[in-house]
Amino acid sequence: MILSVKNLAVDYGKTNVVRNINFDLERGKILAIVGESGSGKSTVLKAISGLLGRAGKISAGQVIFDGRDITEIDDEERRKISGESIAMIFQNATASFCPIRKIGEQIYESVREHKDRSKSEFIERAKVFMKNIDLDESILQEYPFRLSGGMGQRAGILAAMMLEPKLLLADEPTSALDTITQVGVVKELLKLRERQKISILIVTHHPGVARYISDYVLIMKDGNPVEFGTKDQIFDSPREEYTRELTEAVSGNWKC
Amino acid sequence: MSKRYRPLIPFLILTGILIFVAVFAPFLTPYDPYLQDLEGALAAPNSTNLLGTDRYGRDVLSRVIMGSQTTLCASLLLLLTISVFGSLIGAICGYKGGKIDIFLMRMSDIFLAFPQMIFAVAAAGVLGGGLFNAAAALAVIGWPKYARISRGLVLTVRSMPYMDAAKMAGTGSIEMLYRHVLPNIAGPVLVTAALDIGTIIMELAGLSFLGLGAMPPTAEWGAMMNNGRSMIQTAPWVILSPGAAIFITVAVFNLLGDKIRDVMDPKNQRREVF
Repeated sequence: MILSVKNLAVDYGKTNVVRNINFDLERGKILAIVGESGSGKSTVLKAISGLLGRAGKISAGQVIFDGRDITEIDDEERRKISGESIAMIFQNATASFCPIRKIGEQIYESVREHKDRSKSEFIERAKVFMKNIDLDESILQEYPFRLSGGMGQRAGILAAMMLEPKLLLADEPTSALDTITQVGVVKELLKLRERQKISILIVTHHPGVARYISDYVLIMKDGNPVEFGTKDQIFDSPREEYTRELTEAVSGNWKC
Repeated sequence: MSKRYRPLIPFLILTGILIFVAVFAPFLTPYDPYLQDLEGALAAPNSTNLLGTDRYGRDVLSRVIMGSQTTLCASLLLLLTISVFGSLIGAICGYKGGKIDIFLMRMSDIFLAFPQMIFAVAAAGVLGGGLFNAAAALAVIGWPKYARISRGLVLTVRSMPYMDAAKMAGTGSIEMLYRHVLPNIAGPVLVTAALDIGTIIMELAGLSFLGLGAMPPTAEWGAMMNNGRSMIQTAPWVILSPGAAIFITVAVFNLLGDKIRDVMDPKNQRREVF
């Protein structure tokens, strides 16, 4: 098991926003957390990634990554696993790059945080990844604002994958994209899983994306887990009425 | 020089000329700026004294050149002090937050509540005349502006997705500070500072004009204008020459500030190899 979340609860100030979250993610598998806006799915992702910020805190539960409870680790240990073992793709990948510096420069610095690689080694390695995800190598020389949505998301995937992490967190990676680009990005994530046997935890409000990409699905509502199970179980024979309502929203574009 | 910075060249040259004149002023003056010649007092501009002489017969051109040293050095030092100190305070407040933020921001509110020039006049009056005291008075009221700007910028930068992305890439706090926070706030602070040079030159000159800045016989543009004030109709060159020097200097620094703002914006740049 690469990731186990046990009884996770998150508070923002005095407000409890997420509670009783439990799931396991096996190596090489994809788990999708699905829910409406405000259901707390991104908060779960932030709790796992350590991005809750000043106001948020994990008030109960454990997040066990690769055998260690990462809610207990200090900042330095968190820094070491971030990027190298756990990487993240953001909703707006273009905005996840510093706007005044070039993409290549930023990805290279992230790599250098963990591995002593020369720039030429980095570029060679980046070229291989870029070819795999259908990204032109010229984007290394671009500023983030020059990238289209799809290119930005692929650049985000490149940045996340350069250190070959064990777990990839994806926070609504398709929601800012048009339908065709969404399909492209989801296919890239699936190829990535095939190639690198990486585990992926994806948060999406789109049941279609979850059905297309995932092995397991967790449905959330108002900070509570509604249902957890395999993709087929959730989409074909849901136990909860809310799950049924949500999964019926699957667009024809995404049917497998 | 990188293509990105090329538009700055003409303004950097003009600024360089001003700074060169200020630094080497003692070697560039045609006459001793403090040498009095009462017989030649209030001579209109002529081939010997290109900008005429003042009421003590001192060469106005020499005093304008010498005054550039006093005015520019005092203004730039003052600007450096308030921008660095103020930005540092603001960055700490924005980055740390909590009680230190509340305390320092309320302090800045106290200073911001006073009309700037009136406070400076009062403070310089209490401290006594002199260029140093005038600069100190302006420093006391100048830092909160930079503290407010940099605090706001740090708060904005902190909440940007690229900060989360940097954290998720395993970037340490210090690296985040100098790779992401400082470069992203440096542009606006630098532009504010460049645009402020003109204001500070005028404020220092204003205090000197009111008799609260540089003391006679120091050659300083504001003080020179103060001395020429009563002769504006009979010997206008005495007040117009330092006035023109202030005008040109302020204009050059303002244009430089504008250009810095333009080149700091990556959206104005062409593609280059990283």
